[in-house]
Amino acid sequence: MADATASGPGSLGQIQSDYIAMTSRKRLYSGIMMLVLVLLLVSGFNMAEGRNGGSFIGGLDNFFDYPAEVVGEAWTNRANIPGLFAKYFPALIETVNIAAVSTLFGALFAIVFSLLSTRGLARFPRLIGLFRRMMDIMRAVPEIVIALVLIFVLGGGPVPAMIAIAFHTTGALGKLFSEVNENASLKPLEGLESVGATWSQKMLLGVVPQVAPNWLSYALLRFEINIRASAILGFVGAGGLGYELKVAIQWGQGRFDAAGAMFIMLFFTIMFFDQISSHFRDKLVHGAREQG
Amino acid sequence: MAMLDATGDLRAQTETVFARKRMVTFGILGLISAYFVYIFFAFGIPEIWAKADGQNARTLVSDMITYKTHITRDNRSGDVSYAIEGEKKGRYPEGKSPDWVTTDGDTTVIQLGGDQVVTYGPDVITMNIPEFGLMSFQVSRSSGVVAEYPVPVDELPEWINASKNRVAITTEEGRLSVTRNRTEVFRYFLGWELFFFTLDSPYHGMGVGEVIGRMFSGEFSDIMDDFWNNPMWLHKEVFWAIMETLLMAFLGTAGAAILALPLAFLAAKNFSPIMAIRFGMRRVFDFFRGVDALIWTIILTRAFGLGPLTGALAILITDTGSFGKMFSEALENVDDKQIEGIRSTGAKPLQRYRFGVLPQVTPVLLSQILYYIESNTRSATVIGAITGGGIGLMLTQAIITQKDWEEVTYYITLVVLLVIFMDWLSGKLRAALIKGDEGGH
Repeated sequence: MADATASGPGSLGQIQSDYIAMTSRKRLYSGIMMLVLVLLLVSGFNMAEGRNGGSFIGGLDNFFDYPAEVVGEAWTNRANIPGLFAKYFPALIETVNIAAVSTLFGALFAIVFSLLSTRGLARFPRLIGLFRRMMDIMRAVPEIVIALVLIFVLGGGPVPAMIAIAFHTTGALGKLFSEVNENASLKPLEGLESVGATWSQKMLLGVVPQVAPNWLSYALLRFEINIRASAILGFVGAGGLGYELKVAIQWGQGRFDAAGAMFIMLFFTIMFFDQISSHFRDKLVHGAREQG
Repeated sequence: MAMLDATGDLRAQTETVFARKRMVTFGILGLISAYFVYIFFAFGIPEIWAKADGQNARTLVSDMITYKTHITRDNRSGDVSYAIEGEKKGRYPEGKSPDWVTTDGDTTVIQLGGDQVVTYGPDVITMNIPEFGLMSFQVSRSSGVVAEYPVPVDELPEWINASKNRVAITTEEGRLSVTRNRTEVFRYFLGWELFFFTLDSPYHGMGVGEVIGRMFSGEFSDIMDDFWNNPMWLHKEVFWAIMETLLMAFLGTAGAAILALPLAFLAAKNFSPIMAIRFGMRRVFDFFRGVDALIWTIILTRAFGLGPLTGALAILITDTGSFGKMFSEALENVDDKQIEGIRSTGAKPLQRYRFGVLPQVTPVLLSQILYYIESNTRSATVIGAITGGGIGLMLTQAIITQKDWEEVTYYITLVVLLVIFMDWLSGKLRAALIKGDEGGH
């Protein structure tokens, strides 16, 4: 158009200057945001360093000392390593078992909770909010808290860790499961309802087949996370490899070969289950896509 | 279904398929049950059940919701002192006493609930329980505790535990214990003691209305100061501990995100043409994630000492691995057309990344970062328990002493509220981010 370049409201010049103004304002805001973030990071870092036992720069120098010591000692005693693997293998199995059982229990409870808290599926629609809040709380309680309290009541060992992780898993998986449930088609449910199915039959025959692959995929992911959690809980007294690790490094000198062996075992176990679970998750999601 | 053949007997085929499916289902269920049975014995559940300490559980629950006031008499000097939870910081100031205790010269009368009365006399200590009768105890250096009961000694009920040097009587209302050195009465009350003000504060025992009234009449800072420095509940320390936990989560997550972003470019197929670098970078990410936060924590504690910085670094290193992996996947999914467009205006590579790539991935990355901030708040509690920082440390210390269960409950409540708040906040921010993004373009 001929008058596009003329000045006036809505003209090109106006639009251009408006655009420039907007861009610079946007840039200013992002700049301020970045500045605030950097300031927060720097001051937070200084604060954390101030409250820390040792300083950051001082620590950087000996950052590799401990790993080097562990590796060095493990290397000099490398003949022991296979024996140590065999010695700590039962503890590793216990750690993996804790993770597996708690994932299974957590997933079973999460299924029930998620079905009860999904709109359109819930058995008691009025109580959806209640079940959701319950899951929020279960998710929010750190495992270590329940584990420590249960260790007081039940004594040390794998059971407190198992209950603690299962409790947290219920909340975490319940939320993910109910998000999956929301996408399930309600048509099979109507069909089942028309032939007089009860609520549990509707869920089992109408919903579960639709969502099972996604459930399984999330549960596998959780299993990965739970192996790590189970190792950490062992460290505070709940049995398994974490506990042996704590004993070995508390021993001070002379047990670094054991600690090294356990580091290696833990690392490869975590990698192993990561690979397996991501392989199966790929397959599950892929399979679900083929059907859809 | 591919398994059905249209030419044959459909019904029979369907039944075969169903039978097979049923078998698979029951097979899986059977395997799971067998695994549970194995675990039942591998974890020694029968033994745990047998030796589980019901007493510990009862102590825990009752201590969570009640507190006790100790009335202690030093049997040698005859001095009587009153202290909540028997702690120094809960002691009544000189000349003050709970209103259910009356002192008259050398005699102290303690009213327990249910008309039970304990009297500390100069020589004799008596306890009167209405349905049971009057008991009296005399303490001497030579013969220990000499007691008189309304029933013969061999018919004493089980709530009286008596030996030569020690008598302990536990009722619903409280507990009396007499030893040679001292006599002690516990009376239990519902609630958390001295939560707002300790006994030495002038505001202890004031009504809520009065305290609020005084707040507005110029005593605000005094009131807050007494509350803030409460030695029993340590509100100030708890607040800073929570801030420390949040700080660990924030530093760890933000630091990991900043580190992971450039590294993710090196690991993404469409930005890093050299396969060896790509492969190496991915293995580095795997290594960071695979060496668990626990191992990083141990290594870092050796290098940097105990404290929040160590915890933040442990989160930072583990999450650099996770973020690196996720960011590089997000980068591989970007649309090339926008980059082409930027390139056509003559932009240099750095400008292409800034204007062609970052706007596409920012919402995805920010949403992942926000999700991690929430989950790292929880991790920071756990890591804090090991590296000695934040609310995690206070929590484990309170649990390890095995007596301050009301404080444990308080800290747990705070942690749960904190995580729920972070969850809510990150959800809100993510929603705003996605919405803002749709509106903005």
